[in-house]
Amino acid sequence: MDTLALLADGFATSLSPLNLMIVLLGVTAGLFIGAMPGLGSVNGVAIVLPLTFIVPPSSAIILLCAIYYGAMYGGAISSILLGIPGASTAVATTFDGRPLAQQGKAGLALIAAAVASFIGGTISVVLFTLFAVPLADLALAFGPAEEFALVLMAFTTFVGLGGDDKLKTIIMICLGLVLSTVGLDLISGQPRLIFGDLPGFYSGISFLVLAIGVYGIGEILYTIESSRTAPQVTPARITLRDLVDGIRTMNRMWRTMSLGSFLGFFVGMLPAAGATPAALMAYGIARSTSKTPASFGKGNLEGVAAPETANNAASTGSLLPMLTLGIPGSPTTALLLGGMVMWGLMPGPMLFIEQPEFVWGLISSLYTANFAAVAINIALIPLFVWALRMPFTVLCALVMVLCIVGGFAPSQKMHDVWLIAGFGVAGYLLRKADYPLAPLVLALVLGPLMEKSFRQTLIAEQGNIFAFVERPLSGTFIALAALFFVLPLVKYLRKGGARSIAPAE
Amino acid sequence: MLVADRVIAIAIMALSAYFMWHATALPIGWNGMTGGPGGGAFPFWLSLIMLLSAGGVLVRSLGQEKSSQHFFDSQMLRSVIAVVIALFVTIALIPLVGAYVALPLFIFWYLKIYGRHGWLLTGILTLGTPVFLFFFFEATLKILLPKGVTEPLFFPLYAMFF
Repeated sequence: MDTLALLADGFATSLSPLNLMIVLLGVTAGLFIGAMPGLGSVNGVAIVLPLTFIVPPSSAIILLCAIYYGAMYGGAISSILLGIPGASTAVATTFDGRPLAQQGKAGLALIAAAVASFIGGTISVVLFTLFAVPLADLALAFGPAEEFALVLMAFTTFVGLGGDDKLKTIIMICLGLVLSTVGLDLISGQPRLIFGDLPGFYSGISFLVLAIGVYGIGEILYTIESSRTAPQVTPARITLRDLVDGIRTMNRMWRTMSLGSFLGFFVGMLPAAGATPAALMAYGIARSTSKTPASFGKGNLEGVAAPETANNAASTGSLLPMLTLGIPGSPTTALLLGGMVMWGLMPGPMLFIEQPEFVWGLISSLYTANFAAVAINIALIPLFVWALRMPFTVLCALVMVLCIVGGFAPSQKMHDVWLIAGFGVAGYLLRKADYPLAPLVLALVLGPLMEKSFRQTLIAEQGNIFAFVERPLSGTFIALAALFFVLPLVKYLRKGGARSIAPAE
Repeated sequence: MLVADRVIAIAIMALSAYFMWHATALPIGWNGMTGGPGGGAFPFWLSLIMLLSAGGVLVRSLGQEKSSQHFFDSQMLRSVIAVVIALFVTIALIPLVGAYVALPLFIFWYLKIYGRHGWLLTGILTLGTPVFLFFFFEATLKILLPKGVTEPLFFPLYAMFF
C-alpha cells in the first residue's frame, strides 16, 4: 500500500490553491482548444508551452497535462456539434455523435461524451497509478544499451504498427534524428551540421521550434485550406432531464466503457498507436459485439461512449511510458517530455526516486483534472456552442501571433522564429503528401538519447556491437524491434504472393 | 498529386545529400581508438537511409498511374500563399520595426483585409494583442521582445515596470 501513501502525498501537492487553479485553467483552455476544429491536444501543448514559463516547472507540467486532458474531452464537442472532429482523436466520435445531433439530441450526445471521457480517464488513471511504480522499478535496471534498444523499439513500432506509408515513416524518423544531431557532438564537443557556420545552429534545433512550426503554423495552414466555408453549428441545449437521462443510459454501457478504457490505455502506451486508432478500435469492437450493430452510425449513444472512453484512456496510457521510461507514447507526451527536460525534470525511473512529490503531484492532478474536466465540460456547453461560431480567421490570426512570440520567447533569437516559419511550411507540404508528422517530432525529442546511449554503450564495451543483444533486457527489445520492422515486409510479401496466385484463377 | 509526390521525394533526396555532405566534417566511420562510431556517423548514415527511402518513394511513384486528384486546389492555394507571405513579411519586419508594430500589422491584415471582418473586432484585437503581449512577456516574464526602431518609445514603460 506504498502507492496509496505516495498518492495521498501527491494530493497534498496537487490540491494546493495554485495547482488547483492551474488544473482548472488548463482543463478549460484544453476544452476550448480541443473543441476548435483542427486544433487538438498536440497543437494546444505546442502553442501554450512557451507561455508556461510564468509558473514554476512542476505546475507548468500539471498545466500542460490538464490541457492535454481537456483537449481530449473537447475534441468530442466539435465532432458532435459541427460534424468535424475537433482533433484527429475524435474522428470516431463523429460516426454516431453527428447523427445524434441531427436528431436534436446534441445535448444528450455531449453529456454521453463527457461522462464516457470521465469514465475512460478515471479507469486509466487508476491503471496508471498501479503500473507506474513496477514499471519505474523495472526501468531502474536499464543501462545505456537498454535505453538504446527501447528507443529503437519505439521507432520500429511506427514502421510495424503505424498505419502510414512505411517508406515515408522511415524518412520522417530519420529526418527527426538527423535534425536532433544538429549542434555540438555530445561526445567530442565539435560542431556538426551547422550549415555554413550559422551561429543559430550551434545550440541545436529545439523540439519546441519544430513543434510550434509543424503543429502551430503548419496546422493553421492546413486548416485554412480545408475549412474555408464556415460549418453549420448545431444548437445544443442541456436540461437537467438530459443529464439524468444521459447518466441513466450510460449506466447500461459499463461493458463497452470498461472495454474501451482498457483497450485505450494499452494501445495508448505504444508510440505508434495512441488515441486515434484506440478510439477507432473501441468503436469497432462496440459495434461488432453489440446486439444491434445496425443502429451504429445512425445515432447510437454507445457509438459515442466507446471512442470517447478509449481516447481519454489512451492519453493517460501514453503518459505512462513517458514518465516511467522517458519514452513518450504520443506526440503530445513527446512535447511534455521535451518541456520537462527543458525545466530540468528528466523523466525516467530516477524521477520517481529524486522527485517523488512532483511525480505523485502530477499523477494525483490527473484525478483532479478528470473531475474538473467533466464538470466544466457539461457546465460550459453553451459557451462552447458560442465559441464554435467564432470566425476561423480570428483564431488563425491569434494562433499565428502566439506561434511567433512563443517561438521567440524561450531562446530570444529571431533565428528560431525563421526556423518555425520554415518548419511550418515544410510540415504543411509534407502532411499534404501523406508524410506522418508524429514520428518526426518523436525522433527529434528522442534523438539525443538514442545517439548518446548508442555511443556510450560502444565506448563502455570497447566497440563490441553485440553488447546490445548480449544483455537479456536489451536483447529482448532489439528482438521486438526487429519483429516490428519485419512485420510490414512479411505482410507485403504475403499480399504479393496472394496477388500472384489470383490472376491464375 | 503524383507530380507533387515526386517533387517532394526529390527534395528530400537533395536535403539528405546536403546533410551527408555536412556530416562528413566529422569522422563518419568506426573509431577504433575509443570504440564506437565518430561524431559524423549518426547524421551521415541516417541521412543515407533517408536518401534511399526517398529514392524508394520516387521509384514507386514512377510505376503508378496519374491520379485525377490535385495536390493543390488553386483557390485554396492562393489563400495559403497569401498567409505564408504575410507571415514571412511579418517575421522580417520584427527586427526592423519591432514586434509591437509588426504583429498588430499582421493581425490587422489578417482580420480586415484577408478575413474581411468589421472595424470593431479588428480594432479590439489589433490594439489588444500588443497590450497583452507586453504585460505577459515583458512585465511578467521579463522577456524582452525585439523593438527595432521603436525601442526609444518603450523607455518610459521600462522605467515603470522594471
